[in-house]
Amino acid sequence: MSITLYVPQDAVALGLGANRVARALFKGAESRGLDVEIVRTGSRGLFWLEPMVEVGTPEGRIAYGPVTVADVDGLLDAGLTEGAEHALRLGDPLQIPYLARQQRLTFHRCGVVDPISVEDYRAHGGYRGLETALRLGPEGTVEQVRESGLRGRGGAGFPAGIKWNTVMLAKAEQKYVICNADEGDSGTFADRMMMEGDPFNLIEGMTIAAVAVGATRGYIYCRSEYPQSVRTLKDAIRNGVEAGVLGENILGSGKSFHLEVRMGAGAYICGEETSLLESLEGKRGLVRAKPPIPALKGFLGKPTLVNNVMTFTATPWILEHGAKAYAEYGMGRSLGTLPIQLAGNVKHGGLIEYAFGLTLRQVIEEFGGGTRSGRPVRAVQVGGPLGAYFPDHLLDTPLDYEAMAAAKGLVGHGGIVVFDDTVDMARQARFAFEFCATESCGKCTPCRIGATRGVETMDKVIAGIRPEANLKLVADLCEVMTDGSLCAMGGLTPMPVMSAITHFPEDFQQPGSMPVAAE
Amino acid sequence: MASPEPWSASRAAGIVAEHQALEGATLPILHALQETFGYVDEGAIPLIADALNLSRAEVHGCVSFYHDFRRAPAGRHEVKLCRAEACQAMGSDRIHAEILGKLGIGWHGTTADGQTTVEPVYCLGLCANGPAALIDGEPVAHLTAESLEAELAEARA
Repeated sequence: MSITLYVPQDAVALGLGANRVARALFKGAESRGLDVEIVRTGSRGLFWLEPMVEVGTPEGRIAYGPVTVADVDGLLDAGLTEGAEHALRLGDPLQIPYLARQQRLTFHRCGVVDPISVEDYRAHGGYRGLETALRLGPEGTVEQVRESGLRGRGGAGFPAGIKWNTVMLAKAEQKYVICNADEGDSGTFADRMMMEGDPFNLIEGMTIAAVAVGATRGYIYCRSEYPQSVRTLKDAIRNGVEAGVLGENILGSGKSFHLEVRMGAGAYICGEETSLLESLEGKRGLVRAKPPIPALKGFLGKPTLVNNVMTFTATPWILEHGAKAYAEYGMGRSLGTLPIQLAGNVKHGGLIEYAFGLTLRQVIEEFGGGTRSGRPVRAVQVGGPLGAYFPDHLLDTPLDYEAMAAAKGLVGHGGIVVFDDTVDMARQARFAFEFCATESCGKCTPCRIGATRGVETMDKVIAGIRPEANLKLVADLCEVMTDGSLCAMGGLTPMPVMSAITHFPEDFQQPGSMPVAAE
Repeated sequence: MASPEPWSASRAAGIVAEHQALEGATLPILHALQETFGYVDEGAIPLIADALNLSRAEVHGCVSFYHDFRRAPAGRHEVKLCRAEACQAMGSDRIHAEILGKLGIGWHGTTADGQTTVEPVYCLGLCANGPAALIDGEPVAHLTAESLEAELAEARA
């Protein structure tokens, strides 16, 4: 009987040589006369262990990692195909404490299944959510989403049920369901992992939404920085159409849903939903003024449901297990689980899906194990490039929309970037302005001009030119950007800037300590 | 990486025609043109404008808005280096300075031998394994100046 080996082809695994490892395993097995089948999976999200190779044994899967090409012969000689002992043997992957402690509702199939196989997806519980939605009908489905307390996972945290309801009630011949997969925040990779590891979960979630709101067409707008995600989604959609879970008459329901992947072109701003819609229509990604809201006038002027990958992928579980079961996770008004992405200078970075309410310190210390450099943690940026930098004394803040807002920060898309004590916070504050200047769509003045003036003023502070007066000017500028910008790009750039100035004032008072970056 | 084809207006017109029925066809067309020719030639702009019933200014505006689209051919190999925060936390700034210094170019520059173009990128989603890069679309994690050199040597081979 053939032995199944599982080798991830998630971008992280690929970036650490997973293709070379897969080829070496295949050749090594062949030369030893072993009958081996290699399944390319996504990642389980234990990124310091990638490439993590698993073997199917009668007792379940056994993992080994991190595996390099140089390890392959030794592993095969030691009996990898039987799950034998080896220095790299990790045992049952589900028993690895990092994973065993998690509450994986959305990610439970990621790294387990063959991502582009409908059959494998269904064998692991897939499409039970859609079957429930078809049985409940549009109102019943939207009611489940509302009752679950699910909030938009892209960053804004808007209640998903309300949005779905608005699109459902809108009258139009054509409606659209669009997935925002323009995951541009540094420190985030949950969408990417899902698209590469369990794309049918996204496809099922979007199909549930389409059936609920009465849309027959949909798009996934995926960023071009994720070529592996685009490839996987295209393969999955093709297989989905062949298997009858996409296209006409889905699962024999008489409903149809046509889904297509579209690739962005390197503009961070296109993660903002109205800019995304402009881009999808073939225009410059300029932010639209609201109202009208996209739910009523979105893509091509039609009612459009735009949600993040993580919002859509939460819904199959909610429909299958019920809204109440989902709402049992979490705290306050932040219900369900949050896919936390732990990144930057951290020993054990990866994906941690857990109910809302873990503190930053729990994530960084208990899961992350401290910094990769071994130096003390000094600053932690939460929620992407528009999120606040937290100092040590705020690390007991729980990951909860309201608690983070109270600490003048945001959950965002759930990314946490750890910095050690070598970080220069004045430099980070300058970068926040620089990033905004590079990525601003240019439509509104506070963002377009403010970002550039911010870089110039920060350069003066860093050079020690009248630092006090210039910091006052920065604070003033930040107030204008916060209050006067059209969208979150200009409106939230002040958050990393002001949090750096507030929590790390010592970094802004060392005249001439940092050379002004040449740009 | 397959070498791009030399610019051909008739080939471009074929690509435009292939995609023009799509809703919001501009970006898919521009991506397809760039994949074929390695850049978006100025001559493509009136072709797209005519096919999609847009003004040339609108198409030009679209090409110039997005960081991905090139207006002139790049080097044979394209390196995208992530400059975002998670990679900064792993010392990417220093590594980038070293890489650019060795290649003798700045951001967006192409080496004198026409082999390598280096572009900045803000996040590749490899944030727990930084610094990160894409070389001809293939991800590289835990980047160092040495590992980039080795990858580029392999890409050239």
